[in-house]
Amino acid sequence: MKYILLIYSKESDWTGLSDKDKVDMYQKYMAFTDSIKKSGHYLGGDGLEPTATATTVRVRNGKPVTTDGPFAETREQLGGYYMIDAKDLDEAAEIATRVPGASYGAVEVRPVMRM
Amino acid sequence: MSIDHVYRADSGRILATLIRLVGDFDLAEEVMHDAFVAALERWPGHGVPENPRAWIVSTARHKAIDRLRRDSRFRDKSEEIARWAAAEEGEAPEALPDGENRVADDRLRLIFTCCHPALAVEAQIALTLRTLGGLTTEEIARAFLVPEATLAQRLVRAKSKIRQAGIPYRVPSDERLSERLDSVLAVLYLIFNEGYAATKGAELVRRELCAEAIRLTRLVVELMPERTESRALLALMLLHDSRREARVSPEGELVRLEAQDRSLWDQGEIREGIALTESALREGGARPYALQAAIAALHGEAARFEDTDWRQIVLLYRELMTRYPSPVVELNYAAAVAEASGPEEGLRLLDAIDERGDLATYHLLPAARAELLARLGRKQEAAGAYRRALSLVSNDLERRFLERELGALG
Repeated sequence: MKYILLIYSKESDWTGLSDKDKVDMYQKYMAFTDSIKKSGHYLGGDGLEPTATATTVRVRNGKPVTTDGPFAETREQLGGYYMIDAKDLDEAAEIATRVPGASYGAVEVRPVMRM
Repeated sequence: MSIDHVYRADSGRILATLIRLVGDFDLAEEVMHDAFVAALERWPGHGVPENPRAWIVSTARHKAIDRLRRDSRFRDKSEEIARWAAAEEGEAPEALPDGENRVADDRLRLIFTCCHPALAVEAQIALTLRTLGGLTTEEIARAFLVPEATLAQRLVRAKSKIRQAGIPYRVPSDERLSERLDSVLAVLYLIFNEGYAATKGAELVRRELCAEAIRLTRLVVELMPERTESRALLALMLLHDSRREARVSPEGELVRLEAQDRSLWDQGEIREGIALTESALREGGARPYALQAAIAALHGEAARFEDTDWRQIVLLYRELMTRYPSPVVELNYAAAVAEASGPEEGLRLLDAIDERGDLATYHLLPAARAELLARLGRKQEAAGAYRRALSLVSNDLERRFLERELGALG
């Protein structure tokens, strides 16, 4: 089954990190990504620029309406994702616990719709 | 053997096997139903097959294949259909690939699925009772004081989450097993209690439900012999269950502990329960089920009510209250204190709970107060407390019991 792992955390936690800690975190993510590539679970994944760069688009009565900012103002923000292939929810959840962001933020595990 | 008998005795096991085979709760329920309908048509004319359960499972599996072929939802599942179709005709329903897990029981796999932490706790309980306990949606709704429609919705959501999120149908891996066990035990205990003191209707002791809870707990004990909490829970269930015959009179009335004919107590269950309690306490320490089992064991050991070691029981309740505080434990503690130190002492403790309003809707609090007030000769207050208990009670047997006690005040 395909799952997406949505990584949420406080952006302030990230921006507040020292340069050294940021490098550490990058390395942790690289190591994690490598590990799930090797195990064959990795399908894709990216980090996202902060919500300050987000733009929200809606179409109402056929007209596009563009606004500044993310869709929802929440305490923790979507900062990145992985797309994985896992046997079942237990395997997907086990992989989610190894996402570095799970240790300070939260990882939402969502099955991808089968078309 | 009648179809009705097969249904009552085996539908839980059959359903669990079918869920494993078809991997879908709703589909399994539907095809099991279809197979029983087919049995109704065929068995009266052709005779009951040698292994009725295997016949139902095999018939249901064919029905599932038929349904999958028709159903567009499953159109992409041709591989799966081929796999089922290839499965051997004569395969016994309990034939499972060994080795992967130590205990090959479909219901045990199912209980870990039903009690999966990715489901809300209320959904875990509802799903286990519905699927493994065989309770109706209405019974579960009544047991947990929610409208039937809410409960039905809860079941639908849980089943679709299992399907859509890919919650697996298997016993968890060794490193996850212990954390997953706690919620399983809590659910099993609820099933037992539902069987032991059903909230609804005239049948206080629903033997089959208790037996089922005990059977499933036994399986968990076998699967994880090193886990003392499951052993303690099994002990607790056996010790309660041992009093089954004595708890209700031949006229169908509830009998108080002190009035029970102890010769009716099941000594085999008591012996097993005591041995399990001792080993659980020795190896696992004073954890909640072990403490409760120890209390039940002291009752089981007393040949007569007067022989009960109330001081020891009071100490155990105090231990339980300190480690795992709850108002219900406090209520039981107060009742034990009343036996050990006199009704005034017990009443003082009960009044304190009452004043805090912690158990405002729990009928056993006013019932316990009423009993102590009656012993102290405070009849008017006792009558008031019995009336209050009657306004809260939902079980018919307990209601009649309270009415008798109220009448006996004179």
